[in-house]
Amino acid sequence: MTQLPQSTDRKLGLVIDLDTCVGCHACVISCKGWNTENYGAALSDTDAYGPDVSGTFLNRVHSYEVKPETGPAQLIHFPKSCLHCEDAPCVTVCPTGASYKRTADGIVLVNEDACIGCGLCAWACPYGARELDATAGVMKKCTLCIDRIYNENLPEEDQIPACVRTCPAGARHFGDFADPNSNVSKLTAERGGMDLMPEQGTRPTNKYLPPRPKDCSGEINTLAPLLEPVATDGKGFVGWLDKMLSALPGGNA
Amino acid sequence: MHPAKSVIIFTTLSGIGFGMLFFIGLGMIVPEGLMAFIWFAIAYLFSVGGLIASTFHLKHPERALRAFTQWKTSWLSREGVLSVVALLVMAAYGAGLVFLKTRWAYVGYVGAILSLLTVFATSMIYAQLKTVPRWRDFSTPLMFLGYAGAGGSLMTGQVDYALALLALTGLLQLLNWMRGDGALGKSGSDIGTATGLGTAAQVRAFEPPHTGTNYLLKEMVYVVGRKHAGRLRILSLLMGIGLPILLLLAPFGHMLAALAIVSHIVGVFASRWLFFAQAEHVVGLYYGKR
Ligand code: SF4
Ligand code: SF4
Repeated sequence: MTQLPQSTDRKLGLVIDLDTCVGCHACVISCKGWNTENYGAALSDTDAYGPDVSGTFLNRVHSYEVKPETGPAQLIHFPKSCLHCEDAPCVTVCPTGASYKRTADGIVLVNEDACIGCGLCAWACPYGARELDATAGVMKKCTLCIDRIYNENLPEEDQIPACVRTCPAGARHFGDFADPNSNVSKLTAERGGMDLMPEQGTRPTNKYLPPRPKDCSGEINTLAPLLEPVATDGKGFVGWLDKMLSALPGGNA
Repeated sequence: MHPAKSVIIFTTLSGIGFGMLFFIGLGMIVPEGLMAFIWFAIAYLFSVGGLIASTFHLKHPERALRAFTQWKTSWLSREGVLSVVALLVMAAYGAGLVFLKTRWAYVGYVGAILSLLTVFATSMIYAQLKTVPRWRDFSTPLMFLGYAGAGGSLMTGQVDYALALLALTGLLQLLNWMRGDGALGKSGSDIGTATGLGTAAQVRAFEPPHTGTNYLLKEMVYVVGRKHAGRLRILSLLMGIGLPILLLLAPFGHMLAALAIVSHIVGVFASRWLFFAQAEHVVGLYYGKR
């Protein structure tokens, strides 16, 4: 049913720590692996070994350069997957009822047997979290690993999403946002967890922890004074050399 | 957005078809017998032909019947339901004219309104999307309705209405372009809000997540051919609006009318291509592509 639940009993989701993520893409690979071998249609690749390689992924890691007003620039790695929005526009646009949000835990899922592959839900998602699989012709998206988190056959430490289990930096956290004492709720409160594109009105469940400001001593390199340019307005031999070198092709005279 | 042929054909043809049904339903022309059959056949060719084209872009058309179920929330589903009901009601009206030579006026009126609502639902599939600021504007449904009305009146030979509706649609088209060109800037979304990392001036996309292309880029970050946009806009206005108006103002002749129709359809195709190709989806912000 494409009507969104008024509220959900639990709000399962992820906290992604942009301060900690090292951009190794391990979560991308573990996600692709798990979701190709388990629930639903495989995440296909087309022309995997050719020049036009392309494939379906449910989680992708961008990298951004951020230049604050003062201090050095920072490089931020930015994993992005479905945010399991409370006002999920992808669900309400779906004509078939294939897309739905679960009342029990808030997870947004696609019933692949009902999906006609119209692609409208991918258009409705601001975050690019849905990809139509080129081979299966059905919409694929993050399931929050429903086939792991409720899977009693797995050891307890594995009953979390594959990306969270894999992250070597501990940049991904899984939990219930409806419980104010959960790990994810506490992290969000402590570190100022934020919504992506709040102006889109999707009310994402997943939260992003902003990078902490970098230490800045003001002096970047203790050897810097020794590396001051020699003779900017040189006289004598140095001045002559500077003029001659500048006059060569490629010089700046 | 990727300008898929099937979707461009669908919105253009079905718009014209339902526009025709609107004028026929209102009783602007009341053909009987064989003539009625021909009129309805043409209108259904356009409207149904367009609807069939729209299923070509579905990856699983064999499940298309499911698309009639979610009309409570989905404009795409509403469009499907409305189109079928409109076609059925107009078929009943047509049957009266063809076989009984009787005009059930009220059935026609209801069919006319349903035809208009179908076009409105089509436009709302696009106008509802917050993710595509260019489309999310009141001028989008007005423009779709305008094109349907202009095409419908042109096809059914309502010269006075056609002249007025063509001119009006030209204005609505201009309005849609003018409002659309600044829409992304005004939407409040930029790479800063998309990443939450600072102002748009501070954040720069450094490295994309993948080396090749992907579904998102192909479908929603389509940029090929935008450089011809200005010329295409002029072409679309000239062919879709200007030339048909001139041809209608000339002394009436069947050849001229046919030419006006062909020119109009070509113009609408160009306008629809631009409608998709120029539409910027906010997901492009994550790729630094806006
Ligand atoms: S992130 Fe996109 S796909 Fe996921 S719930 Fe939100 S709108 Fe839907
Ligand atoms: S692609 Fe599938 S899940 Fe998405 S809107 Fe269409 S039918 Fe629904």
